[in-house]
Amino acid sequence: MGMTISQKILAAHAGKDFIEAGELISCRLDVVLGNDVTAPPAISEFNKLECQKVFDQNSIVLVPDHFAPNKDIKSAEQCKIMRDFAKQYGIENYFEIGQMGIEHCLLPEKGLVGPGDLIIGADSHTCTYGALGAFATGVGSTDMAAAMATGEAWFKVPESIKFIYYGKTPRWVGGKDFILHAIGDIGVDGARYMSMEFTGEAITNLSMDNRFSMANMAIEAGGKNGIIAADEITMNYIKGRVRRPYKIYQSDEDAVYAQIIEYDVSSMEPVVAFPHLPENTRPVSDAAGVLIDQVVIGSCTNGRIEDLEAAAMVLKGHKVHPEIRVIILPGTQAIYLEAMRRGFVETFIEAGAVVSTPTCGPCLGGHMGILAKGEKALATTNRNFVGRMGHPESEVYLCNPAVAAASAIKGQITPPWEVL
Amino acid sequence: MKYTGKVYKFGSNIDTDAIIPARYLNTFDPQELARHCMEDADADFPQKVKSGDMIVAENNFGCGSSREHAPIAIKAAGVSCVIAHSFARIFYRNAINIGLPILESPQAADAILEGDEVEVDLESGQIKNNRNGEVYHAAPFPEFMQGIMAQGGLINYVKEKEKKDV
Repeated sequence: MGMTISQKILAAHAGKDFIEAGELISCRLDVVLGNDVTAPPAISEFNKLECQKVFDQNSIVLVPDHFAPNKDIKSAEQCKIMRDFAKQYGIENYFEIGQMGIEHCLLPEKGLVGPGDLIIGADSHTCTYGALGAFATGVGSTDMAAAMATGEAWFKVPESIKFIYYGKTPRWVGGKDFILHAIGDIGVDGARYMSMEFTGEAITNLSMDNRFSMANMAIEAGGKNGIIAADEITMNYIKGRVRRPYKIYQSDEDAVYAQIIEYDVSSMEPVVAFPHLPENTRPVSDAAGVLIDQVVIGSCTNGRIEDLEAAAMVLKGHKVHPEIRVIILPGTQAIYLEAMRRGFVETFIEAGAVVSTPTCGPCLGGHMGILAKGEKALATTNRNFVGRMGHPESEVYLCNPAVAAASAIKGQITPPWEVL
Repeated sequence: MKYTGKVYKFGSNIDTDAIIPARYLNTFDPQELARHCMEDADADFPQKVKSGDMIVAENNFGCGSSREHAPIAIKAAGVSCVIAHSFARIFYRNAINIGLPILESPQAADAILEGDEVEVDLESGQIKNNRNGEVYHAAPFPEFMQGIMAQGGLINYVKEKEKKDV
């Protein structure tokens, strides 16, 4: 019996040749991540362990991105706890304002995560790095604390669901639509405790930025991790970025899957998820006409350069609807700079959108675009739970960047082909 | 450990934004978080919940964000135990790590109603409904997780382990 790619990575980090789903194992970690919301409680727990040092100063990554630049005094205190800790323990990868970005855009960009790595992060969207062929999963602050001290964490070896996407990908459809389609199909707990392995012709042809969007939302189906085996596209991306040894894993041909699900993408449309769960999906044609108050383009799901490119392509030469507020958040400083060089920022500002410094901000209802009672937002983010972006009686619809941009022009949910 | 408490019942997919909205995440002070516990699922919950009360929910309780603030808020609000049809993975892990008792029992989640008084025996996984005397069972935790819970959470467990290793 063979192993899946996820099982192989876990086995390698547990020092075992073979593991089976359901086994409880202790693994050595390559990267431990925290942010300004989750690291402060982790630091408080870490201090209880009375350690003189962290397990490895190079393997801990701290990013103030959720409520940073500091939105209020309390957030400033949280960020300061993390900054002081980074200084005291000599954490190499602490990213101050000016260097920081949205963590899940930043870590791959800086080459801090690579194929075959085992990564835990005190943030549920840590699963993003699975796009590089790594095993990456979200945990809480206490797990982060223990991991900072020991460099280890316990795992229950997950079963896997294999998703095969075949066919030619239509225009305007991308990674965000592939993953929303799957979540709509299996539900928000359809992959609970499981690995989601994405394969097939459409994935082989999918760009790195689109792969990140897919792996990013594995958690929205309850998945432990999302993973795409590294290939030439991955190698081109990590070239010049990842500066430590990495290893490429593939699932065995006789690996056992809990389920194998196939989708023909050739007939797929961009997908919109209606409030208040990411599983409430509809093709954009069936969503058209919903009036919106705000559009948000950005986040760890869709804040990368290709996402901004898609939005800019649609918005170029257009004005946003006068009754719509459009907020665009490049994921990192490097993405921001690239968007400026390519003229996207100019396009956004001329269209009437605001362009913000990188932050998670509105995605989690933190700051920089909170909704009032009764308001509706269309966002390229990852969650549309009750109150996610502000007032408990506001609503969030999820979509890809091209749909968000087209809808910003029309003031209502609009397929991109109606604008271009 | 045995607990007796009054039940507050919730549905499926109660996410961590409903348990503790992100607008309150600029602190991790348990008492402050408790003041807003479950607020976006039931606005009156923080006022009416009493020490020892229980939460019973349907599928996928605690889905969404990895914020440990969610089980911390529930524990600090005085909730003695959360029983659900199923738990989201990170919430499940966090609850064990911080020592918030949780039990997975589809049978109990289906049968228990809002306002019922319920007795829970964590060791045996037995759940008794005092309204009608019905008894439900939860699957016991793997030994390894019981070890973490017996130490009162992951930090104490790591401390003990390090002592032994030395």
